[in-house]
Amino acid sequence: MTEAAAVGIGASVRRKEDVRFVTGKGRYTDDINQPGQLYAVFLRSPYARARIDAVDAAEALAVDGVAAVLTGRDMADDGLGDLPCGWLVKQADGTDMVSAPHPPLAHSVVNYVGEPYGVVIARELEIARRAAELVETEFTEREAVVDPDRAMHSEDIHEGVVGNLAYRWTLGEQAATEAALAGAAHVVRLDLVNNRLIPNAMEPRAAVGVYDPGSGDHVLYTTSQNPHLERLVLSAFVRVAPEHKLRVVAPDVGGGFGSKIFVYPEETTVIWAARRLGRPVKWTAERSESFLTDAHGRDHVTHAQLGLDADGRFVGLKVETVANLGAYLSLFGSSVPTYLYGTLLAGQYRTPNIFVEVHGVYTNTVPVDAYRGAGRPEATYVVERIVEAAARQLGRNPAELRRINLIRPEDFPYQTPVALVYDTGNYQASLDRALALADYAGFPARKAEAARRGKRRGIGLSCYIEACGLAPSKLAIQLGAGVGLYESGEIRVNPTGNVTVFTGTHSHGQGHETTFAQIVADRFGVGIDDVEVVHGDTGRVEFGLGTYGSRSLAVGGSALMKAADKLIAKGCRIAAHMLEAPLDAVGFDDGRFRVRDSNQSLGFGEVAFAAYVPANYPEDLEPGFSEKAFYDPENFTYPAGTHIAEVEIDEDTGVVELVSFVAVDDFGNLINPLIVQGQVHGGLAQGIGQALYEQGIYDDWGQLQTGSYMDYCMPRADHLPDFVVDTTVTPCTHNPLGAKGCGEAGAIGSPAAVMNAVTDALGREDIAMPATPEKVWRALAGR
Amino acid sequence: MKLTLTVNGDAHTLDVAPNTLLVDVIREHLHLTGTHVGCDSSQCGACTVHLDGRAVKSCTVLAGQAAGARVVTIEGIGGPGRLHPMQEAFRDRHALQCGFCTPGMIMAAIDLVRHGDGLDRQSVRRGLEGNLCRCTGYHHIVDAVMDAAAATRDATAEVGHD
Repeated sequence: MTEAAAVGIGASVRRKEDVRFVTGKGRYTDDINQPGQLYAVFLRSPYARARIDAVDAAEALAVDGVAAVLTGRDMADDGLGDLPCGWLVKQADGTDMVSAPHPPLAHSVVNYVGEPYGVVIARELEIARRAAELVETEFTEREAVVDPDRAMHSEDIHEGVVGNLAYRWTLGEQAATEAALAGAAHVVRLDLVNNRLIPNAMEPRAAVGVYDPGSGDHVLYTTSQNPHLERLVLSAFVRVAPEHKLRVVAPDVGGGFGSKIFVYPEETTVIWAARRLGRPVKWTAERSESFLTDAHGRDHVTHAQLGLDADGRFVGLKVETVANLGAYLSLFGSSVPTYLYGTLLAGQYRTPNIFVEVHGVYTNTVPVDAYRGAGRPEATYVVERIVEAAARQLGRNPAELRRINLIRPEDFPYQTPVALVYDTGNYQASLDRALALADYAGFPARKAEAARRGKRRGIGLSCYIEACGLAPSKLAIQLGAGVGLYESGEIRVNPTGNVTVFTGTHSHGQGHETTFAQIVADRFGVGIDDVEVVHGDTGRVEFGLGTYGSRSLAVGGSALMKAADKLIAKGCRIAAHMLEAPLDAVGFDDGRFRVRDSNQSLGFGEVAFAAYVPANYPEDLEPGFSEKAFYDPENFTYPAGTHIAEVEIDEDTGVVELVSFVAVDDFGNLINPLIVQGQVHGGLAQGIGQALYEQGIYDDWGQLQTGSYMDYCMPRADHLPDFVVDTTVTPCTHNPLGAKGCGEAGAIGSPAAVMNAVTDALGREDIAMPATPEKVWRALAGR
Repeated sequence: MKLTLTVNGDAHTLDVAPNTLLVDVIREHLHLTGTHVGCDSSQCGACTVHLDGRAVKSCTVLAGQAAGARVVTIEGIGGPGRLHPMQEAFRDRHALQCGFCTPGMIMAAIDLVRHGDGLDRQSVRRGLEGNLCRCTGYHHIVDAVMDAAAATRDATAEVGHD
């Protein structure tokens, strides 16, 4: 099939951006060099918690080629502000969360290993590296607080933050939930740890700062998922430069997974230093810096109780969680274990009573923030582990116990006891399809066959739900967000009829340059190669909130649909005038403006040309053929599905082999099924990585023990099976595309499915992620 | 130190410090930025290039070790408009997302197909375990490499040619 034949909505079009990526012509931040640029190497704390007594840079400054050594004190003296947390969480008692000050460069104290307190800037990278070794810093080391579960009973890290508690947050009805548990026929209890993860986008973070002393313009090239938000924070809060004098460009970005949402100390320093020195300044993280300083993910300790009646119906769920927020509140760190977690604890079920209590605590570890799924994997892990455990304890079939508790198609819209209103779904359809694809019924035979080979075989389900399409602005702001979460889009039809599309979302692997072009090509009936999608540059795109929370298509794509509607409406007016027809007789379909019940029509390009060369043109209409729109979602979208994992465990070695994985997801309408499949695969790899391989570990002194690819186990090609993926469709009811978002589902559903399979094989629940051979072997050996 | 090497068919004579890595020559001196650096411990494979016809991690090779050698980078195997069969297969199969690991992955995959006999999906997975991808989950990468391997067997394309 040629690409001309099928490019529209629903076609698996090959990606437009791939030609540059497969030929090495991508342009990532580290590929950008500026004439006269200097190189930055950061001075980083070797201690998890210490006072900075003195920084002596004399020897470093004497090295030939060193331009400057700047410290946190210099930055504070220049009047730069702290890095803000963008989401104010209200505590259960009605007070605001307690936010500790977070200077971009530390000046008095350091609170995690790797925290930057200064920077050496030199003509060559090698010189900067050598000079950084010569900076003498005196610290007074203090006792580190590392374990989140003990943080509330440790010494206070920040002055005025009592018990290291950022907030105690609750959601749901406590009394009703406790009464339901007290009256339940069965109560299942489970202690769970959601392991700390290190995002590890393959492109390390980087930044190049450029300042033009003539114009006063600043340009910051950086690895960001949301350049406009970056500009807003750097301008309004950190006060690096006024917004109209600061352009932020996020060029090709090599993966983000959440970790590139946040505004970090390094890019802040680079653009500030470029102005101070009057020279471009460049920094690229080494991987070891990525491990130490990229915001980590997850890190929850949870106790959960699920009550069931005599028939197996869920009557109450109570969840108590301690969430590690790290040393400072990162940009959205506060919202992840609260609004993105507690609100999802209903899962796919009609549990009438739910109560969740979260203690968000500071520790002397790098800040924790959104990582693929952000709160929703943690919620799914709690719900789906305890539901599976309940089935085992009651001797019920796990699929059937779920089925009698599922929200039914006729229940929508469904108000959960934890704030959300699910608009639509068909959870039974995904469950049935997944059970069929996994041959769930045939499992006992496979288990018996595996046993004959000396292997323990287990199977596990996970019926997840997520809230995506972040987010209705009014609701988000009511809940504490510092910005609205609408999205902007602009479509400029050029005089020759080809189209430039501007979106406030950012693509760093998701394929927007193709998907968004498909939407616009489909609407206008033009070729996909005649549509160019521009993103990632505050100098070219008016505004935007960026890409996270599986929002780009549902929110950003909907903005483009609105802009396209405006253009078609304007085109109809132009065409009506040119064809001397009444406006209400003109419509647009298949790429032409047509007069109803006649053979008169004008091509899309002809109308575009007329708009720019307005000779025969309506007198009361502005020339030009360009429209923009802001789209604010009415509700979250609710992708949901069923994942089924099957494992085999080698009893001698404890090695877990994932032998099959089935994912059936409902993302609503699909624009490009092949891209969706890729998103699911990638999410699954990260979720399976969490379950079997990955864990960020700090020792008791706050030293990161997993600071390289030698120590932190990333899933490799031979760790993973081929995936079986399929979709069911219930279109989203409240956006024009009927799309829900697909970026995070894989990472949300899979950890519980894999661990349910592992615990099934082992016959015990008390094994924590990741299920490494050592842990599994110990569990089998009873040691 | 002075050294001469051939990169993508062009001879270059450079004056570099003895501790200069091959990847720095490629990126910083020759401005061939398609070869990427994703780690500092030779684990990720984003910097994979061909050195005298074999895949190497160019962050682990000193520039001096490549003196007199023939180096081929992602830019040397095919460009827009004339893609190498492996590049074409990656595009056809959606075997890349952010694109950062892709050049190294393609260079490793070409070597694997050229030197691996009777590849199946599992041996492709084993053969690529030295290259990390955080986006794709590898499934589509395996699809692409199997396609390119089949194309080579059918002798309709020369995957083995640099």
